[in-house]
Amino acid sequence: MRETKGFKIYRAAVLAVLGLFVLIPLYVMATSSLKPLRDVQGPFTWWPSNLTLTPFVDMWKTVPLGRYFVNSTIVSVVATVFSVAIAILAAFAVSRFRFRGRTVFSTTVLSTQMFPGVLFLLPLFLIFVNINNSTGLQLVGTRIGLIITYLTFSLPFSIWMLAGYFDSIPRELDEAAMVDGCGPMGALGRVVLPAARPGVIAVAIYSFMTAWGEVLFASVMTTEANRTLSVGLRQYSTQTNIYWNQIMAAALIVSVPVVIGFLLAQRHFVAGVTSGAVK
Amino acid sequence: MSVATHEAPAEPAAKPGNTKRGLERRPGLGRWLPYLLLAPAVLLELLIHIIPMLVGIWMSFVKLTKFYIANWSAAPWAGLGNYKVAVDFDNAIGEGLLKSFGVTVAFSLITVALSWVLGMAAAVALQPPFRGRSFVRTLFLVPYALPAYAGILTWNFMLQRDTGIVNHILVDNLGLSTDRPFWLIGSNALISLITVATWKLWTFAFLTLMAGLQSIPRDLYEAASVDGAGNLRQWRNITLPSLRPVNLVLVLVLFLWTFSDFNTPYVLFGTAQPPAGDLITFHIYNASFLTWNFGTGAAMSVLLLIFLMIVTGIYLLVTGRRSRRA
Amino acid sequence: MRLRSLVAAAAVSALGISLAACGGSDSGDSSGGSGGDTTLTYWASNQGTSLDNDKQVLTPVLEKFTQETGIKVNLEVIGWNDLQTRIQTAITSGQAPDVVNIGNTWAASLQATDAFLPFDGDAMTAIGGKEKFVPTALATGGKEGTDPTSVPLYGLAYGMYYNKAMFAAAGLQPPKTWEEMVAAAKKLTNPAKNQYGMALAAGSYTENVHFAFINAAQNGAAWFDADGKPTFTGDGNVQGVLRYLDLMQKDKVANPSNAQYDNGTKSVNDFATKKVAMIINQNNADSSIAANGMKSSEYGVVAFPAPQGSADQTASHVAGINLSIFKNTKNKDAALKFVKYMTDATTQSTLGKPFASLPVLKDAKPVFTDNAEEAAIFSDIYNTKSKPLPLVPAEDQYESTVGKAMNSMFAKIATGGTVTAEDVKAALKTAEDQVAASS
Repeated sequence: MRETKGFKIYRAAVLAVLGLFVLIPLYVMATSSLKPLRDVQGPFTWWPSNLTLTPFVDMWKTVPLGRYFVNSTIVSVVATVFSVAIAILAAFAVSRFRFRGRTVFSTTVLSTQMFPGVLFLLPLFLIFVNINNSTGLQLVGTRIGLIITYLTFSLPFSIWMLAGYFDSIPRELDEAAMVDGCGPMGALGRVVLPAARPGVIAVAIYSFMTAWGEVLFASVMTTEANRTLSVGLRQYSTQTNIYWNQIMAAALIVSVPVVIGFLLAQRHFVAGVTSGAVK
Repeated sequence: MSVATHEAPAEPAAKPGNTKRGLERRPGLGRWLPYLLLAPAVLLELLIHIIPMLVGIWMSFVKLTKFYIANWSAAPWAGLGNYKVAVDFDNAIGEGLLKSFGVTVAFSLITVALSWVLGMAAAVALQPPFRGRSFVRTLFLVPYALPAYAGILTWNFMLQRDTGIVNHILVDNLGLSTDRPFWLIGSNALISLITVATWKLWTFAFLTLMAGLQSIPRDLYEAASVDGAGNLRQWRNITLPSLRPVNLVLVLVLFLWTFSDFNTPYVLFGTAQPPAGDLITFHIYNASFLTWNFGTGAAMSVLLLIFLMIVTGIYLLVTGRRSRRA
Repeated sequence: MRLRSLVAAAAVSALGISLAACGGSDSGDSSGGSGGDTTLTYWASNQGTSLDNDKQVLTPVLEKFTQETGIKVNLEVIGWNDLQTRIQTAITSGQAPDVVNIGNTWAASLQATDAFLPFDGDAMTAIGGKEKFVPTALATGGKEGTDPTSVPLYGLAYGMYYNKAMFAAAGLQPPKTWEEMVAAAKKLTNPAKNQYGMALAAGSYTENVHFAFINAAQNGAAWFDADGKPTFTGDGNVQGVLRYLDLMQKDKVANPSNAQYDNGTKSVNDFATKKVAMIINQNNADSSIAANGMKSSEYGVVAFPAPQGSADQTASHVAGINLSIFKNTKNKDAALKFVKYMTDATTQSTLGKPFASLPVLKDAKPVFTDNAEEAAIFSDIYNTKSKPLPLVPAEDQYESTVGKAMNSMFAKIATGGTVTAEDVKAALKTAEDQVAASS
C-alpha cells in the first residue's frame, strides 16, 4: 500500500467513523456514571451538569456488587487456569501424536461450538443435580459447577487454537530435546510451551473473557451465593427504580480489569487467534 | 509395548506431505500417552457438551410440559409430536418459529457482512504504519474486550426513546427527524440488534484480518507498485486473495456466533422483546421457560442444530477447505 | 416406553448417575436434625426498594421466628427477573427451597406441576385455618375445587392514582366512570408540552395482561371456559383490549413512549415526578412514589372505573404474592409453622408498611399508608371489586401470549400504525392458538 492522498483521506474517514462508533458508548457509560439519578432519568445531556461520584458509592449497596465481583473473579480465574492446562495437554496430543480417534476427537470437539446453549442448558442443570444427589458433590449454586461449565466452554476453541500454534513449531526442536534425554512431556515443557507462549496467553485471555461475560447459564445455574456479575448487574432495575447511573458505574467497574488485561496482552492475542486460521 | 498391531505404523513417508514424525514413533513411550493427555478434555466435553446434548435430544421426543417437569422421567413419549408442532407453519407455534428464523437469518447475514466490511476497512486503514497507530488499534479492540452485558446494557440506555443519546443526536442535535423514533420496539428493533451486535463483533473481524494482513509479504505490494497497480487494485489482487484462508474461517465463525446469539437480545430487550428482534435462541428460551414447554423447546433447538450443521457442512464443502486436523 | 428409558439410562449411566434419584431433594440442610437444629430455606420475592432492602426488612422478622420456634431460616431474596426461572429449575431438579414466594397469578400453573404441598385439611389447620384469610385472596391459591397449593401472603390491588393539585388546577373531580377518566385525561394532556394525562406500562406484558383481564371482566367476558379451554376471541375480550389500547391510540392521553415502559416502575416514576396526572397501579406503587419524593397527601386514589352502565364493576384482579411449600421438603412441620407465622396478624402488620401490601387476613387493618382514605379505598377494591385471574394451569401461557400480543399492538400504535378491532381479534386468535397448541 502506498500512502497516496486518496489513501490518507480514506484512512481519516475510516478512523473518524469507527472511532465515533466505538467511543460514543464508552463516553455515555463514563459520563452517565457521574450523573445523579434525576439527570439520567431526564433527556440526555452531553456533559453532566451536576457531577457526582455517589453512583460509585451507592452501587455497592443497591446490589451486593462486591460479592458478585469476588464470585466472578474466582470463577473466571480458576476456570482459565484449568482450561488452559487441559487445552495444552489435548492440543499437544493432537499436534504431536498420531493415534486412533484423533480425527474423531478433533471434529467432535470443534463441532460442539455449534451446539446452541439453549439445547443443553436444562439437561446440564439436571445432570449436575443428579451428580449432586448421587455423590453429594454440590454443583448447582456453587462456584465449582460454574467453573467446570465455563472451562469447558472455552476448551474447543482453545484446543484448536493451540494445536495450530503447536503445529507451527518445528518438530526438529522436540527431537533435539528428546535427544537430550527428555520425554515427550519434557519436550512439551521445555520446547513447545516456551515457543508457544503467545498462543497460551491468547487462550488464557479467551477463556477468561468467556467466563467473565457468560450470561445464559449464569442466569439459571447461579443462586445468591454464587451469582456472577453478568446476571448481578440486572438487579439495578428494581421494583422502585432503574438506577441507570449505578448500572453505568458498575458496567464501567466490571469492564476495567478485563479491558486492561486484554489490552496489555493484545499482541499475543492477535498472534494467537490467527495462528490456526492463517496457516 | 511394541508397535501396535492394529495401528498403522506412523511412517512419515507413508503419506505425502505428512510432516509428523518423532514423538509417536519412539518405542516404549506407550501408545496410551496421547489418550492420557486427552482424558481430561474428553471427560469434560462429555460431561458438559456431549451428554447434555444427548439428553436434550431425548427431551425433544418427550412431552415435557409443566405437568411432568417435577417428575420428568415419567414424561410420556411424544415421538415426533414436538417436531410436528414446531414445523407446522399453519399453527401459531410453528409460525412463530418460522418468523423468528427469518428474523435471525436477516440479522446474521447483515451483521456478519457489516462486521466484515468494517473490520476490513479498519484493518486496511491501519496497514501502513503511522503515528498513533497502536493507540487506534488498542481503542478499536475495546468493544471486544468489554464484557458483553456491559456493552449491551449501555446500548439499551442509549437507545431509550426519550432519554437516550441516539435520539438526542438524531433529533435534537442533527434535526434529522421531528418525531423521536423508537429503537427498542417496533420494526427498528432489528436495526438496533444489528447495530449492537456489529459494534461488538466487527472488532473481532478487525483483529483477525489485521493479523492476516501482517503475514502478507511486503514485496508483493512493492512489485505490484512497480507494475503501476493502484491501491484498490493491490487490495483486490493481493490483499483479498492472500486473506482467503483467514476469511473462510472468519466468516464461518462470525456466522455461527451471530446465528446463535443469545446475549444481545436477552440483555437488550429483557422480557419485552419485540417480534422484529425475536432471535431464534431467545425464541427457544422463551418457548421453553415462559410456557414451560421444554419438549417443544428442545425440538426447536435440535432443528436449529441440524440447520447449523447443514450450513456449516455445505460451507466447508463449497469452500473446499477442511480443517487440517479434522 | 422401553426406548425412552433406554436412551435415558444410556445417557446418564455414562456418568454413573441415576435418573431415579431425580426426585430426591436437598433442602439446604440435609442433616435434617430434629427440633432445634432445623433450618428452612426460604426464597422471598423482591417487594421492597432493592434486594438488600428486602433482606433488611425480613431479617428481624425471621429472627423473631427463630427465637420463638428454634427454627432457623436461610433467606434468599430473588428478583422478579429470575424468580420464575429459579422456581422452574427448582421444580425440575427437585433441588428446591422449603418455602417460596410466588406471584399469585402463577398459583394454578404451579399447582399443575404437582411439586407443591397442597394445603389440605390438616395443613390448613396447622397454619391457622382457612377462615383467617380474605376469601377472594385465598381463592387465588390454586384451581377451584382443589386444595390450594399456596396461601396469600401480601395482598395487592389496582387503583387509579391521581395528582390532587393537577386535578384541582383543571377543575376536575376524581372520575367515577371510564368516560370521565378519559375526559379528565384529555383535559390534562398537551402533547406540544409533552404533557400527558396518564402513563401506562404499555411495554410490560404482565401489566398489559392484567388490564386485558380487568377490561374484559368489565365487559362480562372471561378468558377460559369451564373446561379450561381458551376463549380469547370473544367480543367482550376484543373490545376490552381495544378500549385499553385506545388510551394511547384514539384518546391519545398516554405518551407513545409508554410503549417502551417494560415495567410498572417507569410509569410510577412519571407520576411521582409529576409528568403525568394519573396512573393505574397496584398499591405497592406507594413505596416507589414516596422514594421519588411525592407525599401521600399529594395524591388520591379511586377504583379503576368501568364504562358507564357496565354491569360488572371489577376494578382489579386479586393481585399479590402467595406462599408455597415444596412437597419434597424434609421439614414439613417447620415449614407449616413458618407459613403460619408469616400469615399471622402481627407479621402481616409488620410487613404491610415496608412492602406496601394489603392484609390478606379478614378484619385486619391496612397499614401500608398513613392516608386513611386511600387505605379504605384499596381495602374495598381488594375485598369487593377484585376477581382472580383465570385459575387454570395454562394461566402462565395466557399471561405471556396475550401480554406480548398487547406489547406488539402498543408498539404498532406508538410507531404510527393503527390497530383495529379486527387486528385485536387476529392477535388474540394467535395467542389462543398458541395456548391451545401447547396444552
